Amino acid sequence: MPRIGVFICHCGENIARTVDVKRVAEALAEHPGVAYSTDYKYMCSDPGQTLVKQAIVEHKLDGVVVAACSPRMHEKTFRRAASSAGLNPYLCEMANIREHCSWIHEDREEATQKAIELTRMMVEKVKYNAPMQAIRIPVEKRALVIGGGIAGIQAALDLADGGAEVVLVEKEPSIGGHMSQLSETFPTLDCSQCILTPRMVEVYQHPRIKLLTFSEVENVEGYIGNFTVQIRRKARSVDEDLCNGCGDCIASCPVKKIPSEFECGLGKRTAIYVPFPQAVPNTPTLDRENCTLFKSRAKTGKDACMRCQKACQRGAINYNQQDRIEEFKVGAIVVATGFQLYKITKEQPRPGISGYGEYGYGTVPDVIDGLQFERLASASGPTAGKILRPSDGKEPKKIVFLQCIGSRDCAKGIEYCSKICCMYTAKHAMLYRHKVHGGQAYVFYMDIRANGKGYDEFVRRAIEEDGAKYLRGRVSKLYRDGEVIKVHGFDTLSSEPVVIDADMVVLATAMRAQPNIEALAQKLSVSYDKHAFLNEAHPKLRPVETNTAGVFLAGAVQAPRDIPDSVAMASAAAAKVLDLFSADELEREPTIAKVDATICTGCFHCERVCPYGAVEHKEIRDRKGNLIKVIADVNPGVCQGCGTCVATCPSKSVELQGFTDSQVFAEINALMG
Amino acid sequence: MKLGYYPGCSMHGTAREFDESLQAIAKPLGLELTELDDWSCCGATSAHATNRLLGVALPARNLALAEQQGFKDVFAPCAACYSRLATARHEMQEDAKLDAKVKEILKRPFSNSVGVMNIVEVLRGLIPQIKEQAVQPLSELKVACYYGCLLLRPAEITGFDDAEDPSSMEDVTRATGATPVEWRMRTECCGGSFSLSRTGSVVRLGRAVINDARAAGANAIVVACPMCHSNLDFRQQAMGQREGATEMPILYLPQLVGLALGLSPQTLGLKRHFVSTQPVLELVAAGAAKGEVK
Amino acid sequence: MSDNGNKQHDNSFEPRITAFVCTWCTYTGADLAGTSRLQMESNVRIIRLPCTGRIDPLFIIKAFERGADGVIVSGCHPADCHYTAGNYHARRRFTVFRELMDFIGIDARRLTFSWVSASEGTKWKEIVDETTDRVRALGPFTAYHNLAGGAEEAMAGGVQ
Repeated sequence: MPRIGVFICHCGENIARTVDVKRVAEALAEHPGVAYSTDYKYMCSDPGQTLVKQAIVEHKLDGVVVAACSPRMHEKTFRRAASSAGLNPYLCEMANIREHCSWIHEDREEATQKAIELTRMMVEKVKYNAPMQAIRIPVEKRALVIGGGIAGIQAALDLADGGAEVVLVEKEPSIGGHMSQLSETFPTLDCSQCILTPRMVEVYQHPRIKLLTFSEVENVEGYIGNFTVQIRRKARSVDEDLCNGCGDCIASCPVKKIPSEFECGLGKRTAIYVPFPQAVPNTPTLDRENCTLFKSRAKTGKDACMRCQKACQRGAINYNQQDRIEEFKVGAIVVATGFQLYKITKEQPRPGISGYGEYGYGTVPDVIDGLQFERLASASGPTAGKILRPSDGKEPKKIVFLQCIGSRDCAKGIEYCSKICCMYTAKHAMLYRHKVHGGQAYVFYMDIRANGKGYDEFVRRAIEEDGAKYLRGRVSKLYRDGEVIKVHGFDTLSSEPVVIDADMVVLATAMRAQPNIEALAQKLSVSYDKHAFLNEAHPKLRPVETNTAGVFLAGAVQAPRDIPDSVAMASAAAAKVLDLFSADELEREPTIAKVDATICTGCFHCERVCPYGAVEHKEIRDRKGNLIKVIADVNPGVCQGCGTCVATCPSKSVELQGFTDSQVFAEINALMG
Repeated sequence: MKLGYYPGCSMHGTAREFDESLQAIAKPLGLELTELDDWSCCGATSAHATNRLLGVALPARNLALAEQQGFKDVFAPCAACYSRLATARHEMQEDAKLDAKVKEILKRPFSNSVGVMNIVEVLRGLIPQIKEQAVQPLSELKVACYYGCLLLRPAEITGFDDAEDPSSMEDVTRATGATPVEWRMRTECCGGSFSLSRTGSVVRLGRAVINDARAAGANAIVVACPMCHSNLDFRQQAMGQREGATEMPILYLPQLVGLALGLSPQTLGLKRHFVSTQPVLELVAAGAAKGEVK
Repeated sequence: MSDNGNKQHDNSFEPRITAFVCTWCTYTGADLAGTSRLQMESNVRIIRLPCTGRIDPLFIIKAFERGADGVIVSGCHPADCHYTAGNYHARRRFTVFRELMDFIGIDARRLTFSWVSASEGTKWKEIVDETTDRVRALGPFTAYHNLAGGAEEAMAGGVQ
């Protein structure tokens, strides 16, 4: 006869307010197989856990059910408590009577009845639980960091300084990310490149960091502690080992008018190029799409131009270089792929999002976005730091800044706030005034969100010291009228429509997820929300982990974020990884599939459906060594415990431990009994 | 195309030339317009501004009639009627309680199955026929296509074109052989039904529209709404355009189409306007003198 | 295909609905619904499994056999399965299973198949409410009981 202990938690008022916990405890006390049933205010607290441990010993319990919050919260807590009292932790289960009961129903009678049924269900399941031991697996002490912006750089440095090996993969030819495009950073007005480039160089020189630029993640297999990743090293057409960064190839390139991605289209670059002078690594990359040689090769089969190869004194140019795949074994992955900016164009990269027809869908000249303004303000930018109109190179005397373009606009499909725009718009207004002394900045805003350290003071400075005029209201329409842009807005504080003849308009556009980030997330089995921001494991308490063990998040890939918070998050992710690497072995949950060798006939349907290739072939021989049959065998290191094989097996010879057929049928029977 | 025709108060009244020109082009384009039997007011002027239920029930009655009389779609050339009919349809779909109440008031079976179309949508659907039948070269004519507001907004209800950057009227214009100009006030309000209560605003808004069309090089403004027409045409004198300055003829879209089809100015009601359409006719003649239809 | 031949006067009929959900998406989504305090019908009891790929059609039959009036199966959106492909197998299995249900005379409207992600608390609530309303309108599922009752009697030797 089983001796199961049942513990009903009040969770303060969270459960007790709707569920009559005493009645539940009483009902369960009557249930066959229950040797002890009680209720307590906070089961997860120290006294609560002590209660469980004592009961296990006193009442010689061989199973425990804690009816409380979601097992996703505290299953580990109670299993640990059971274990320390001498009960195998896998004989302990939780019934969810909070998230799935007390919090979602108002009727006390209904909620109490449901709580009783859910608890009985878990009691019946536990009767079929078998003791299990955690599986131990080795940990590869190398981390993969995806993304070389400020978050990826910070994570890589923290990891490498902490003793781990790091592979840092960046899809662009250089690391640095969007921070390298900024002129100054708020709230200190530090020169962005000045504080970033030393870090970039540190990454490049660090003995434990392997830097792979112009590369992307091709494939990820495995699991925490034991990932196998394949990285595609895209063909630069330049041999990195031979190149010494002299730049002769760039100087010789005749194709000079390609819009530079780094300059956000405001400047030009050559076909063989380095995105910006401080790029790390300093190796040029050949843009084959715009290269004369590759275009002629495609058209006629002949190689034209070849000037860069002729100019290179090291023989580093290789037009026949191919993409190659490199494989690494890593124990943890940090995703730090950052963001891209929303564009107000008619065509949008993702469904459900609209552009701004009222602002001309991006066709009105001298209407630019925040990153483009950064390039104008940048000393090493296309205008050497002068604020000039892209259309005619004249200095604008009036600039109108529009906040919340895309953000907080349900009509456009983006309901969230992008967090950084209030601050960088104030910064832009200030930089503008510093560079154009007679210039007047107007800022149309809805609210000012300046809630970091020194942030509110920063915005006040823009208004009080640098004369920016802040107008609370939105702009309904803007269009070109001769030399100026007519901006029709509204000032809600004075209740007056406002029309401004602007020389330039800067739009603070929303922070969006990178293009095709969904594909990377799927490779990592990480879930994402409807805006393709990757999901953290828990929004409050586990902000840098994901639901995939061993995969962590840092920076704007998870949600709009500024630099200090991205750096903090990157360091936090690094700390989590180092924590993971601090032991030589990792404990894995033993809830994996197991084949009964006596029944298995070796049909291998299970092998066909296993997403991880965890099913191996095992030979069964008699004492003389003759082969009797070849059956399926599950590799405990690879199996992730999904149970697809169990539902597929025609002879029921494989079971998922912790979720066996007997256990599930027991749960069903208990509910209907 | 067989459509239930809802003329509203203006088609047989102040916007007679809109109706005349529409009827004139219907036959050659194969457009069958059957006037709804026993149609009544759509409530565009004051009903929707005073009482929501009334504002929906009045147009719903006409939709119910259309359904009963076997029409799949109702066509309302007046943009305000169109807006009210489409809004009633939409509101009844979205609000189950309102739907029940209105059906109770209507006292006739109605399953809200009838679609609502406007003049631009209808003519856009007939572009191949317009091209085929165009005999008069309008190559010398530059027009500014004026949408006003009710045709395009609210976007969830109208939905037939981009509310900020529409192109359907320009497409119809190109089919006639005339050239649509690029100008900015295409979707700005003309003052609508404030013509009597806030005449000053209407004059000011109208003036901005006409000035912009002129600056863009238009010889005429093409409209698809009797209110827009009235505000831009009838009120031009008040805008101070008459004395000396070039007047801006305001055409209805079916009138432009009719000119391309070679119909006479009389048939198209072009003599009924306050601002003379003679300059347009001269440009049409100039185009004819120049040569073939494109 | 009537499955409620013994229709009770059911002002007080409350359907019993069993839900088989995956840990990573729907269970977490249901937790989110709870954290967000989204109030919903109380007829659904969730049985947690690691993945919808684990769900054997026999579980569903068992649930109906033992007295469930409706069953919900819910997992991750296609392409987002935590175990890569479990939900695809589940989907394929249930396309076939639905035909089986038709064949043996269980009204397919009693079985709901859905994708609910970890961030879709509201969607879970909608599925719970909508399924409960639908099954309530269909009435109690008594066909199996009638059959089982007759079989037991027959086996006990006392036939009608």
